[in-house]
Amino acid sequence: MNPPGSTALSALASAASAAPPLSAASGTERAAVLEAARLALARDLTLAFRRRSQLVQPLAFFAMVAVLFPLTISPELARLREAAPAAVWAGALLASLLALEFLFRDDAHDGTLEQYALSGQSLTWLMFAKTAAHWLLTGLPLALMAPLVAVSLGAPGASLPGIIASVAVGSVALSLIGSIGAALTLGIKRSGALLALLVLPLSLPVLIYGARATQLAISGGPLLAPLELLAAVAVLGITLAPLAAAAAVRISLE
Amino acid sequence: MPSEGLEVENLHLWRGERHVLRGVCFSLTGGECLQVTGPNGSGKTTLLRAVCGLLYPEEGRVLWGGRNVRSDLRAFQGSLAYLGHEPPLKADLSARENLRYWIGVRRRLNAAALDAALERVGAGAWCDRLVRTLSAGQRRRAALAGLALLMAPLWLLDEPTTNLDTEGQQLVGTLIAEQLARGGLVLAAVHHQLPAAVREPRQLELAA
Amino acid sequence: MTWTWFHRLASPPYVYALAARLTPWFAWPAALCILAGLYGGLVLAPPDYQQGDGFRILYVHAPSAWMSLMVYMTMAIAAAVGLIWRIKVAHAVAASCAPIGASFTFAALVTGALWGEPMWGTYWEWDPRLTSELVLLFLYLGYMGLRAGIEDTQRADRASAVLAVVGVVNVPIIHYSVTWWNSLHQAPSVMRLAKPAMPLAMVVPLLLMLLGFTLFFVALLLVRLRGEVLARERAASWIREVVSA
Repeated sequence: MNPPGSTALSALASAASAAPPLSAASGTERAAVLEAARLALARDLTLAFRRRSQLVQPLAFFAMVAVLFPLTISPELARLREAAPAAVWAGALLASLLALEFLFRDDAHDGTLEQYALSGQSLTWLMFAKTAAHWLLTGLPLALMAPLVAVSLGAPGASLPGIIASVAVGSVALSLIGSIGAALTLGIKRSGALLALLVLPLSLPVLIYGARATQLAISGGPLLAPLELLAAVAVLGITLAPLAAAAAVRISLE
Repeated sequence: MPSEGLEVENLHLWRGERHVLRGVCFSLTGGECLQVTGPNGSGKTTLLRAVCGLLYPEEGRVLWGGRNVRSDLRAFQGSLAYLGHEPPLKADLSARENLRYWIGVRRRLNAAALDAALERVGAGAWCDRLVRTLSAGQRRRAALAGLALLMAPLWLLDEPTTNLDTEGQQLVGTLIAEQLARGGLVLAAVHHQLPAAVREPRQLELAA
Repeated sequence: MTWTWFHRLASPPYVYALAARLTPWFAWPAALCILAGLYGGLVLAPPDYQQGDGFRILYVHAPSAWMSLMVYMTMAIAAAVGLIWRIKVAHAVAASCAPIGASFTFAALVTGALWGEPMWGTYWEWDPRLTSELVLLFLYLGYMGLRAGIEDTQRADRASAVLAVVGVVNVPIIHYSVTWWNSLHQAPSVMRLAKPAMPLAMVVPLLLMLLGFTLFFVALLLVRLRGEVLARERAASWIREVVSA
């Protein structure tokens, strides 16, 4: 299954990973922090595309969770429509958790995370770049896939923009909160359950507002209020989460 | 390149209950190389990581250019190059790509300089293959190319000659000698002596 | 002058001795307050006009819930102090708080369920405050799980300190979102008593219980802290002197 938008993503990756501009003299001037962040983002995107099968796993998981609901409730669309927000959000949250394990694990093993910490650049910005890459590779595809899941559970076509918007914004917050958990559990073996225990309580507001927004989208009500609350949590996450993740990464290197 | 001096004053560090660094003191100026030796577990790696700022000593301090590095740790870390036991390379990227990202995050990289550095370490033939297909010695050579490209005044090397053949070890010696000739500082933790190209490095022996 | 006090508080042997001296000053008043509060609440206070005698479990439920939050705050503050100023004793305080706080949270949940049963007919209904308490319990369990998962004590201290600080920022957000969610579905909360203002005879035992629980927490914390300090410093020389004395 080719995830929707994978061609768009690979175009984005090749644009982002374009070589740094040629300079006549390679002086020792420090790279700007935005350039460093861009390179960190580009590197993670490039790496993800070299292991395409790993990209698909969270999406397949999402689809599987969606399948569980009609099998365990009933095939009647009217009843499923009520459970659709739950299916979309439980699936998105769990799929996002699955993908979190890969955020820092490889970098910690091969010593590149250490080099980030020693790069002289703001580790907070580099963590933000890595989390942004995680969202582009996981959250965004989940948001694009959410309408399919919702429609299969009886959501009307008019609800799709609302569903995409709520999952897109919500998954930003999920990636950010998750990055803190992933950084804290670095180096703990078999940390999957602990990671879930740490991330889930912190993600509850996202779940609550997101599910409400999805519910209103399906029933045709005004979803601006929960969407704004979701955006507020996401903005709070953008400002604070990379800082906490950077602190946690430094602690793991001690 | 003009460099500042490194001073380590009375460094004490505990790892759990073990008193690993017990009052380590030394100073290093531009053009000097300090070779840290000692048995396994004596704290060579711990010393390097403490000087880098990755570990926080319970007592003592590290001075760079006379100033405590903790006052601006990021600036200090931008002036140093640390090479640990494992070459910091992503297995799914080529050596060339790895260096582009590794160095690029720190400073602007010129494509010609990158090519020259790769040639220097003998990577011309395999620099575009994925790192997972390279041998340990080739990865070490790629890391050495990165070390040279970082153009940092202070080098902190943990067992730089691991996995290298005789020619590779001589390369390490030459690189260190060139760094010293530029006025740079080198702090290397080693089991054996550094290659002959490094003339009479100072010694620091850590007891177990 | 104040700085020396601060530095002495950071010394494990000093804290160990201080904790031993202070414990009775908190333990006995705690016992008195709790006994007085229980007597006042269970015997003296008049029955609530709507809930009858069933409301009396409030005298254990409310202080437990209050303490569960206070202990989390204490834990987070101690963890932040340890993180910023690298004071080991502060981390020991945070580590000692966690099981106490988790126990208070559990007690609040159990007493809440016991209270709810005669009122709602079920032991659990997704009342916003109880739901928030449940989430708080998960936050405590996560904190303790993270500590247990990291072998190196110093790393465990610092990582769980980051978690505690992140948690403290989140607690109001979580509580707000749970209340918001609950208000959408208009489930009535029986946690509030019928009358808008409680008579003095009801309030005074409640305050006594709150005070008693707080003193009890401090006494318990001091006892746990001594144990925690002993465990962490077992290789240090001052331990041998203390034990042989």
